[in-house]
Amino acid sequence: MRRLAHLWSASTLARHVVLLAIGVAFVIVLTATFSDFHDFQLATLGAYLCAIAGLTVLTGLNGQVSLGHAALMAIGAYTVALLQMHFSNAGTTGVWVLPVSLLAGAAVTAVAGAVVGVAAARLRGPYLAGATLALGVALPSITSHYTSVFKGDQGLFVPFDGPPASLGSTFTLEHWQSWLSLFAALLVLFFLANLKRSAVGRHMRAVRDDEIASALCGLSVPRIQIQAFAVSSAAAGLGGGVLAVVLQNASPGSFDLVLSLTLLSAAVIGGLGTLTGAVWGSIVVIYLGTFIRDRVNDLHLSAASTAKLHDNLPNAVYGLMLILVMLALPGGIQGLLRRLPVFGTHRSTPHTGGSA
Amino acid sequence: MMVTRRRCSAVIAVIAATALTLGACSSSKKASSTGGGSGDTSAPGVTATSILLGTTQPLTGPAAPGYSKISAAMSAYFAYANAGGGVNGRKVTLKVLDDGYNPTTTATDTRELVLQDKVFALVGALGTPTHTAVLDFIKQNKVPDLFVSSGSRSWNQPTKYPTTFGWQPDYTIEGKILGDYVKKNFAGKTVCTFGQGDDFGTDGAQGVELTLGSGSLKTKQTYTPTNTNVGPQIGALKAAGCQVNVAFTVPGFTALALGTAAALKYQAQWVVSNVGSDIVTLTGFLKTATKPLLEGVVSDAYAPIPTDTSNSWIQLFQKVDAQYDNNAPFDGNVLYGMALAYTTLQALKAAGKTLTRGSLVAAVEKGGFTGPGLTPFRFSATDHSGYSGTQVVVIHGGVAAPTGPVYTTDDGSGALSTVSTQPPSAPANGLP
Repeated sequence: MRRLAHLWSASTLARHVVLLAIGVAFVIVLTATFSDFHDFQLATLGAYLCAIAGLTVLTGLNGQVSLGHAALMAIGAYTVALLQMHFSNAGTTGVWVLPVSLLAGAAVTAVAGAVVGVAAARLRGPYLAGATLALGVALPSITSHYTSVFKGDQGLFVPFDGPPASLGSTFTLEHWQSWLSLFAALLVLFFLANLKRSAVGRHMRAVRDDEIASALCGLSVPRIQIQAFAVSSAAAGLGGGVLAVVLQNASPGSFDLVLSLTLLSAAVIGGLGTLTGAVWGSIVVIYLGTFIRDRVNDLHLSAASTAKLHDNLPNAVYGLMLILVMLALPGGIQGLLRRLPVFGTHRSTPHTGGSA
Repeated sequence: MMVTRRRCSAVIAVIAATALTLGACSSSKKASSTGGGSGDTSAPGVTATSILLGTTQPLTGPAAPGYSKISAAMSAYFAYANAGGGVNGRKVTLKVLDDGYNPTTTATDTRELVLQDKVFALVGALGTPTHTAVLDFIKQNKVPDLFVSSGSRSWNQPTKYPTTFGWQPDYTIEGKILGDYVKKNFAGKTVCTFGQGDDFGTDGAQGVELTLGSGSLKTKQTYTPTNTNVGPQIGALKAAGCQVNVAFTVPGFTALALGTAAALKYQAQWVVSNVGSDIVTLTGFLKTATKPLLEGVVSDAYAPIPTDTSNSWIQLFQKVDAQYDNNAPFDGNVLYGMALAYTTLQALKAAGKTLTRGSLVAAVEKGGFTGPGLTPFRFSATDHSGYSGTQVVVIHGGVAAPTGPVYTTDDGSGALSTVSTQPPSAPANGLP
């Protein structure tokens, strides 16, 4: 028992493997108890979680802001869509097909992210925000210029094999999609958690805290910034690919500027720099809107005012929440939980990031 | 050790809180017992006294002007029918979800309607790009998907999508009939197309080429609904010397095209497909410029003109509009919604007292529906497309007037043929 406890505190990897196993078990139980529609919502949650986790590492750990992460998700989504269409047309089937497409989506996005990172490494503060904002606006509109390949706003259909027969005939497509998506998210969290506690993670933090000091210590500041962008993009690309599989469609409407802003604010609301915070953030993104719309429905107003509230209230509450978090809870939801005695010791500087 | 404990508790916190947050809205999973194809005996959303239908509509976004009135008109006609006893003793309710003409939102909305609200069928879901994104989901869940509000030919694939049906004439048919008018009346002029950058524009342009010959179009310009700057495209039409432009556009982009052309001092003959030519809707964009800009514009119609108050169907729909639709300005969209609702009621009635998803699909495949439409429906087991033709109309003084015969044709290379039979008068009580 003592040796186990020792292993727990000494080996980061062992700890994360155990947490990953707990996460997998939790996902299996959760998706089995949920209805198909809630499984579908969970599947979209998993896709957004991948991207938010990647963004929280880039911004919280490395200090680079990105307003173009939705565009990076789009790169992953279209890569997966084109590959899946290719496999489907060629009649290729097998359990490896989808993982290969998703990994390719993440890899292509990582390369694109590294290219963006080269530019980003030269830019600071508002200039970086502006450059990534331009990326977020420009990239989706490429799809409407090359309509023969990307089919404009209609987007591409994403064929994929349903749940394997071994899971039984009552295993629904939505259940399968929620597995794919949440397992992908768990893998991203696992990978990023290890990265955070590795030398690379320490370098990222060092660069965030003081670029000059890091350079004096012999670190290559641009290289670390590019690394951070590539890693974060890979997570976003995987999230985008998963979203395309969940929606069975890759279209520019899924990856607009609003999504980029939503991802960043979700990371902030959850707790910037913490992976647990990314989980909170994605829950807020997916469920806040549904929750508010349901409460509006309970009011039984006229159809016109209900429609108006449905359109505007979630955004208003979301904005208000962001302001409140910035003012009162700079550590986000995760920072708040840490202050509660039940959930562990108080750590006052959320900006240095915790590990989760 | 402190660190370890904190880590542990953080994980527990996440798991516990996730379970609490999500568990609040969970419901028990039920193994779905849907059968297959027309033998499907399941009937979710149907009780002894009610039928729940669902639809996704652009109540906001680039296609909302005009189209947002369609679902209100459908609901109004169902309310009118319910007041008259409903269909086979059941009252029809329509649940409308707004997708903002964004395929991603349509994907979520459609799943909410089918998986969460358990609607019996989808009816009149609007939009080519939007509904294309959910065809496979609908097929997997075997939901009857009646009368998609779009003229894409995708809805007519009975083997691939056995439960999906179109309603309005497809854009290829429209393209052929409009192309025929162009051929006869604007011979020798340079013809081009301006279309939406998806199946809507592609199918339409293909129809025009089927009549005029492939390669006959000088240029095919396209737009995306999310980008309202059409200056480059209209400039390209002008530069190419296009004298006749056939437009496959939603109303907002018809208005943008006409307005931009006027701003560029570019005079050309515009031919606009049915869905983009509703005069009341266009007036909402063009205001006082409507009459001069629309003067001489050619379009087509597959139902009576909304201003034809001598028509029994128009009289019926105007009455329902006044009683159940808050007297919405009566236009092509209100007419569309009510006519589509009427066909839906016919299909539900024909499906019989023991209503199942299978019996509804079988009833539509059996066909034989009538209504205000100028041409017969094509519904059969091997054909899931709706109205088979249109009549050309020309706009003068802000009013559309039919000209020439009503044509039907196929979406291939078949010739146009004239329809001589008149549609029946509207039933006195408005119920099929």
